[in-house]
Amino acid sequence: MEGLGEKTETRQGWMGLLARAPADALARLWEEAGLGMPRHDWLRPPETGAVMVRGRAGATGDAFNLGEMTVTRCAVRLADGRDGHAYVQGRDKAHARRAALADALMQGAEAAVVRDKVLAPLAEAEAERRAARARRAAATKVEFFTMARGED
Amino acid sequence: MYVAVKGGERAIDNAHAWLAEARRGDTSVADLSLAQVREQLSLAVNRVMAEGALYDPDLAALAIKQARGDLIEAIFLIRAYKTTLPRLGYSRPVETGAMRVMRRVSATFKDVPGGQILGPTFDYTHRLLDFTLAAEGAAPEAAQAEAAAEDLPHVLGYLDREGVIQPEADGGAAPGDLTRAPLELPADRALRLQALARGDEGFLLGLAYSSQRGYGRNHPFVGELRIGAVAVELDIPELGFAVEIGELELTECETVNQFTGSRTQPAQFTRGYGLVFGQSERKAIAMALVDRALRWKELGEEDTGAPVQDEEFVLAHADNIQATGFLEHIKLPHYVDFQSELELVRRLRREAAGASDREAAE
Repeated sequence: MEGLGEKTETRQGWMGLLARAPADALARLWEEAGLGMPRHDWLRPPETGAVMVRGRAGATGDAFNLGEMTVTRCAVRLADGRDGHAYVQGRDKAHARRAALADALMQGAEAAVVRDKVLAPLAEAEAERRAARARRAAATKVEFFTMARGED
Repeated sequence: MYVAVKGGERAIDNAHAWLAEARRGDTSVADLSLAQVREQLSLAVNRVMAEGALYDPDLAALAIKQARGDLIEAIFLIRAYKTTLPRLGYSRPVETGAMRVMRRVSATFKDVPGGQILGPTFDYTHRLLDFTLAAEGAAPEAAQAEAAAEDLPHVLGYLDREGVIQPEADGGAAPGDLTRAPLELPADRALRLQALARGDEGFLLGLAYSSQRGYGRNHPFVGELRIGAVAVELDIPELGFAVEIGELELTECETVNQFTGSRTQPAQFTRGYGLVFGQSERKAIAMALVDRALRWKELGEEDTGAPVQDEEFVLAHADNIQATGFLEHIKLPHYVDFQSELELVRRLRREAAGASDREAAE
């Protein structure tokens, strides 16, 4: 994302992390962090729907519609007026609610707790999942060697 | 002709109760969990997501269990469920160049930067039944190696920079959407790709194979096949910026095809493209071959009359839910239609018999 400013980029970072996180891992970390259920009103109650995913012809050409994915979204307003938004993959409304609350809490005094106790462990687990896959892929990389060269 | 009749409710209820019992099978065998289907029959789950055109592994696993493993029935369940979901938006086009790959091979360049990464493939297995799987055992662990933090550029990018392959640039047009407007012919490539991406794997496999055997031949090489995870970004209007809403596993196939040039273009390679939900490489390769064959008109190639070149034939028959709906409906009661046909045949036979009696009398 170009030209949106550092603040927006940071927010995009945690919103994406929360969307990609396994719902049960988020629930467990939320519990362990003692964040409870901050009082909030719904700006938009949780709603499950579909987003049409697009690809590009030839990877770089014209866009086309590939197929849909399930997504759950919601938006909350905390008692002090902070808003939190979430769009998360799948159909788990509790996941969307926690992601929206985390988004709201990250914009105030609780940011440090959420960052250290929820976001950092989620990011670490995601990085390890990705690295484990990358290491397995690397082990299947072909090392070519020439046995003999035909001379006919 | 359709005539409403009543009756059969009890028989139908009991048939469905038996279906439920048969679905469960022998109750002394443990019930199948959705997590087991999702984790251990993952390629079936992938096929249901691809042809159901809805990425949700848990839902696909449920559909497979409910359909007793009949994948087309499972796809039908997913398509029906999908109609109940509100559409929340269209994603930005996924960047397959930034894919976190678990498999990436090229059949055209041995020494491609980033290397040939085989991933969890059936290729090079001996296709011998493995009876150790019949016994419960611990899962073997995959080998690991240090992963280089390098980008994996698209292989066809190298041909593109040399100018020897047809470029693929974004014209910026919003693509049509088959789920919102019925297919009209001729269809542009975006609509064709959408129809192929959700099309039946077996049908596309047969068509692609026919093109390899000479029916609309276009001589493909698999320039690159890659499988891995890509992020999906959605513009959020209420926020004014885009966020990642999740991650999908996709299979992408890019073919390189001979093109000897035309009156207006010098010789260069052309492309076919396949992109499919999940790990579905047979489908992705078949899609790329069929995509390329359907481009004959824009490339000024000859129409050889091959089925794979016939856009209407391909697009109108690729959807297995449309196909099975029409095919299977003929087993449902057609009593009245058939009665009228039976009456007609009897009358024609009576008339013919009457005519020959008269001839005999003359």
